[in-house]
Amino acid sequence: MSTTTSTIAPTTTPTLLRLATAGSVDDGKSTLIGRLLHDTKSVLADQLAAVEDASRRRGWTGELAELALLTDGLRAEREQGITIDVAYRYFATAERSYVLADTPGHVQYTRNTVTGASTADVVVVLVDARNGVVEQTRRHLAVASLLRVPHVVVALNKIDLVEDPLQVHEQVTSQLAEVADALSLPVPPVVPLSALRGDNVVHAAGSTPWYTGPTLLALLESLPAARDLRNDAFRMPVQLVIRPQHGARDAAHIDYRGYAGLITSGAIEVGDRVVVAGSGRATTVAGIDLDRSSVQRAEAGLSVTVRLSEDVDLSRGDLLAAGDVPAPSRSFSAVLCWLSESPLRPGARVLIKHGTSTVQAKVGAVRDRLDISTLEHAPAEQAELNDLVRVDLDLAQALPLESYSVSREGGAFIVIDPQDATTLAAGMVDVPVRS
Amino acid sequence: MTTLIPDPRPTAATATALSTVPSTDPPDLLDALESEALHIIREVVGELERPVMLFSGGKDSVVMLHLAEKALWPAPVPFPVLHVDTGHNFPEVLAFRDAAVEHYGVQLHVASVQDYLDDGRLRERADGTRNPLQTMPLLDAIEEHRFDAVFGGGRRDEDKARAKERIVSLRNSFGHWDPKNQRPELWHLYNTRRRPGEHVRVFPLSNWTELDVWRYIAREDIALPSLYYAHERAVVERDGMLLSPGDWVQLRDDEEPSVRTVRYRTVGDMSCTGAVASTARDVEAVIAEVAATTVTERGATRADDRLSEAAMEDRKKEGYF
Repeated sequence: MSTTTSTIAPTTTPTLLRLATAGSVDDGKSTLIGRLLHDTKSVLADQLAAVEDASRRRGWTGELAELALLTDGLRAEREQGITIDVAYRYFATAERSYVLADTPGHVQYTRNTVTGASTADVVVVLVDARNGVVEQTRRHLAVASLLRVPHVVVALNKIDLVEDPLQVHEQVTSQLAEVADALSLPVPPVVPLSALRGDNVVHAAGSTPWYTGPTLLALLESLPAARDLRNDAFRMPVQLVIRPQHGARDAAHIDYRGYAGLITSGAIEVGDRVVVAGSGRATTVAGIDLDRSSVQRAEAGLSVTVRLSEDVDLSRGDLLAAGDVPAPSRSFSAVLCWLSESPLRPGARVLIKHGTSTVQAKVGAVRDRLDISTLEHAPAEQAELNDLVRVDLDLAQALPLESYSVSREGGAFIVIDPQDATTLAAGMVDVPVRS
Repeated sequence: MTTLIPDPRPTAATATALSTVPSTDPPDLLDALESEALHIIREVVGELERPVMLFSGGKDSVVMLHLAEKALWPAPVPFPVLHVDTGHNFPEVLAFRDAAVEHYGVQLHVASVQDYLDDGRLRERADGTRNPLQTMPLLDAIEEHRFDAVFGGGRRDEDKARAKERIVSLRNSFGHWDPKNQRPELWHLYNTRRRPGEHVRVFPLSNWTELDVWRYIAREDIALPSLYYAHERAVVERDGMLLSPGDWVQLRDDEEPSVRTVRYRTVGDMSCTGAVASTARDVEAVIAEVAATTVTERGATRADDRLSEAAMEDRKKEGYF
């Protein structure tokens, strides 16, 4: 059994990068993830021993344990040799900690990739060098474009199995440039690698002397952490009104009133003017509390409690905003990714959760369906599991909606079945209609 | 030490450092994980009526309660905590639990496995391990108090079944988890709704690793039960684990305990929780040790998780933490 040591420097705190992997059947995604975990020393001895044991029982004769087994979580997955559901993996280097959403390639394809992509900073798309760019590759890129994932990276796997790797790399790169262009995506970098041999995943390979670019991990290390939201307009959906009154453990806080939430974009400073989207009432930031300490300024990504200098009508579900404050909308068009086994019925009454508010809504007619490879529109009248459709929606209460193409946070919503409470769809606001 | 739990607040110096973060740096890892956890806790408090937080005095639950207090400060934590007591707990962990409950001003409910054994609702297992026996008292307590949300300190890096777990995870009216039929979890929009009789389990530390938890304990200066740090203890080596002989771990004929310098990486049931050889006497030393470790937390210290490849999955499906 090999022993491992961590590469983490304990004295520094790294940044967090959220990845999602997208791959087709048999393109080696699980092996690539296993390789990333193994070569960053994120697999510990007892995990490796368990996998080596399972590999032997399954007749694997390779030199290393079957790395793919590292990522199979459930009994049914190990029995059937498939991945059923999104699983989350963690690995770290001195620079960064990674949260990796491992999304299955074939079962419930759209549901799983949309889920993984919704929180990802980077999507790693696998391409099998023997097959080149295929239909699935176009889908992965289309989903990344639709969900507005900040970065796409292509792992050109099994490069050791093709006769002319240089030519394959060039061909795939130029094909991807065309696909990306059609989807308005930046051209993704293409890393030629062999997950099985470990070439260009974490360690540079002697087997691809013609390739002068970074390894997959080096590329991930160098990407900006996420789209920087701190220069956008300030937005904070209010989660709670913190008002201890006589429950305060410190008598000094009996009159405390603060509005708790996560800053989804922009920044605020004490003294800034902010507006309650919806009522349009303006007020001034009197204080920003992070626990018992107060700060002058807080930025996107932080959970804070904001005190205001004037009393305003503000509660859970409201949006505190500055800059170009979104106007309330009662009707809008949106793209839905339908996630339920039961089809969408036009006229259905549903619940919509947007930011911190949940409101009743009525689904209008299905306008058209998006081709999941090209994002082109085709006529359609209904939606079934895994379909992407454009619909009109009416709301019982106005919401401060933003177009998803402008703001991922301000334009995302989920659709909930009011009867059985299941999540029916992922939604992206297309065009809000100002009411 | 005058108090068991020092004031866990960040100092004025850390608050100033935060406000002067250069605008080129995004929030660091611990800021991001903390903000995500506060957001999750606040969503549940905003949307559900009767939450409860599982609290054992173990490090993950201590961190979780610290986060709950931060999420709601200066209001008190508005929900009780629940300890499922196997009856085999380390006395210093129970003392710590009671002091922590006092410190945070929360109400403590205890669901006692021993009560269930005494009146025959549960029977002792052949291997003496009581962890799997916790499920029934847990589910009964949830039903009795009509809790609709149960915060747990589980992390996805702990186990391969946990890696599949949602942050807000539905349990049916039997408390069962159906891993093959989970709700998709999109963006940061958690669906906390459920039908009558169902409840949700909520895992604010889902995306934390063991190392992150320790770094956070250091950053926030959070007190823990002393057995997380290296100390001298009489132990006996069994099945590759260092067990502390006593009422719950009977010495076998061929076993001779010896005093070693050890610490605990987890502080569960004494009958199946092992110590590790360690000289890490403070939090910085523990961080260095965890960063360089070659064995997972559960692999090193939990006999019950070695039962089979799917031990955790099977327990979770039945309603375990």
